[in-house]
Amino acid sequence: MNKTLLIFRHEFLHMIKRKGFIIMTLIVPVLALLAIGVFQLISKTVEPPVIETTTIGYVDESGGFDQYTTQGDIELVHFDTPHEAMVALINGDVSEYFVIPSDYISTGVINRYTLEKEVETSPIIATVIKNFLTSNLLSGKVPPETIYRIEAPLDLVVTRLTETGEVATEQGGYGNVIIPGIFSLLLALSLMLSSIYMIQGLGDEKESRLVEVLLSSVSSRQLLVGKVLGLGAAGLVQVVIWLASAPLLLRLASASFGGFISAIQIPANFIILGIVYFVLGYLLFAALSVGIGAISPNAREGQQLSMIYTLFIYVPLWFSSLLFIFPNSPIWVVLTIFPVTAPVAAMLRLGVSDIAAWELAVSIAVLVLSIIGILFLAIRAFRIYLLMYGKRPNWGDIIQNLKSG
Amino acid sequence: MAVVDVSHIVKSFADKVVVDDLSFSVAQGEIFGLIGPNGAGKTTTIRMMMDVIKPDSGELTILGEKLSEATKNSLGYMPEERGLYKKLSVLESIVYLASLKGMDKHLAREKADEMLNHTGMLDSKRKKIEELSKGMAQIIQLIVTIIHNPQLVILDEPFSGLDPVNTELLKGMLADLRNQGKAVILSTHQMNQVEELCDRILMINNGQAVLYGDLSEIKSRYRGNSVLLDCIGELGDIPGVTTKRTHKGYIELILDGKTTPQQVLAHLVSCGLVINRFEVATPSLNEIFLKEVGKKHE
Repeated sequence: MNKTLLIFRHEFLHMIKRKGFIIMTLIVPVLALLAIGVFQLISKTVEPPVIETTTIGYVDESGGFDQYTTQGDIELVHFDTPHEAMVALINGDVSEYFVIPSDYISTGVINRYTLEKEVETSPIIATVIKNFLTSNLLSGKVPPETIYRIEAPLDLVVTRLTETGEVATEQGGYGNVIIPGIFSLLLALSLMLSSIYMIQGLGDEKESRLVEVLLSSVSSRQLLVGKVLGLGAAGLVQVVIWLASAPLLLRLASASFGGFISAIQIPANFIILGIVYFVLGYLLFAALSVGIGAISPNAREGQQLSMIYTLFIYVPLWFSSLLFIFPNSPIWVVLTIFPVTAPVAAMLRLGVSDIAAWELAVSIAVLVLSIIGILFLAIRAFRIYLLMYGKRPNWGDIIQNLKSG
Repeated sequence: MAVVDVSHIVKSFADKVVVDDLSFSVAQGEIFGLIGPNGAGKTTTIRMMMDVIKPDSGELTILGEKLSEATKNSLGYMPEERGLYKKLSVLESIVYLASLKGMDKHLAREKADEMLNHTGMLDSKRKKIEELSKGMAQIIQLIVTIIHNPQLVILDEPFSGLDPVNTELLKGMLADLRNQGKAVILSTHQMNQVEELCDRILMINNGQAVLYGDLSEIKSRYRGNSVLLDCIGELGDIPGVTTKRTHKGYIELILDGKTTPQQVLAHLVSCGLVINRFEVATPSLNEIFLKEVGKKHE
């Protein structure tokens, strides 16, 4: 068997047998199954909770606000004076009260009184008061259906069409974001973990001088390419397990939870591109880790140095909330093309909006070229700094040596 | 054909010349001692032979050609201490590293069993390397080094940390390799082991060759003009002997430089003495080493 393949096989098997890798790979489906199981258990054993009715007091100084006192689960109780309402609040008979002043029609001012310290009025309470006022103002003037429609005038149903005018298979929405969002987070964690493993492994081999035994059998290129591909294959196994388990888990979750969960979809192009970016991400970070492992005297220093690029993994996640507001901002194009942020950024974007074909092509091309380029430099650095035990060269020396080879 | 042929190699790190115009060759069926003090350039020389690092200048051939993937398969290298995957089992380590030498895995497993059995370590084959004692790990390392039947075996300080039992086991394995016609390079500080095992030596100091050649020839070159004598009877004056020094159990006779040991022996026999021991004094390799290294420091 080709020696690169032998190293690839060894590294791959070594990686997938690691406890950390197994836990990371299985924790997602296992946690999801556990959550579904616990939910089903609870839903069978626990009685549905009795919804308590909240009572809110009000004082009508304007007059005419005496109907529609039941608003959902909230009951509105009339008091003749603000003092009576205040006593009821202090005694705990009402959770709060509001006063409709005599000049309400001209000013629109409503005075609300509560014992709670709040940043602002809860939207539920505000809606209840608004609907109570609207209903009473319109009572007798328009039909009850119209009152209801005025209170809830909009239930926006959006349909995405294709360029040919047909209903698109992928409709977008939050349901689409969930899986890519989870996967980008998992990818970030996996890349971090795999970088640590690679640097640790190389550091151990250097410190134990095993690397010299290996190099008495294989070339630096065979050794490092085998290692990087081994880690890439482990990444592929991980993402395939997750993607394969996702539809099953979603079906189970949808049957158990219903509602929002049943709206979760795996975007069609996500499966292929997700795998591509996952594997390319693994390969890139493996190549970077090999480079850092090459110039580091030991695993501990290597891990400290690796912070330089591992921090970039999380950059797209830090800004992910902005993605929903500005999905087409140029910053996302940059993050999708810059190789260190590309895997996570692309995966996040796949759920939120479409990525232009040219962007994907450039992003993947830059990633592939970066992997090859970094691996090439890493192999050079590895040969030069292989024999440095316990001494780290400075950056000037490294650049000089890489140039001179 | 020489298994190793090194011609005028030079290697510098930063501004320090670590190996300076070194030339030597190693033949089949010999144990070749590469000796020298710490920092002499032994390990750098070995690394250049294995193509781990490249010489700045000079030629280096292994089995008649520059080191390639094919020649790497004919080479076995054992670094000083460790050099194995701590978390792998003994058998996994041997089979993986043997497969990197182009050996079939099935065959490697069979051969590993055979060699583990031969060294009395068959019961440990499922143990992780980290569970083994240093001596046991060293034996496993030697198995890894020779399992693929290499033509050239390079051992860096193979005796360090070994107990007497494992030392004897290792010596036996090295003798077997020589008898099989392999070339063995032994890099060590332990002069007694070199004296016992090596056919030829290269002593280096500060990257340069100090002594090179047949061990017995080198030792005879350093032979002094004295004999060691243990006898019964009165010695009296002996022609050609300038000084007599009494040591515990023997007397050292210093000759005048014109008289040979044979003439002294003939005189002693003619005097009717009972001779228990008569030995031409030869310095140990350790003494030669100290003398040569000392010269450079003077």
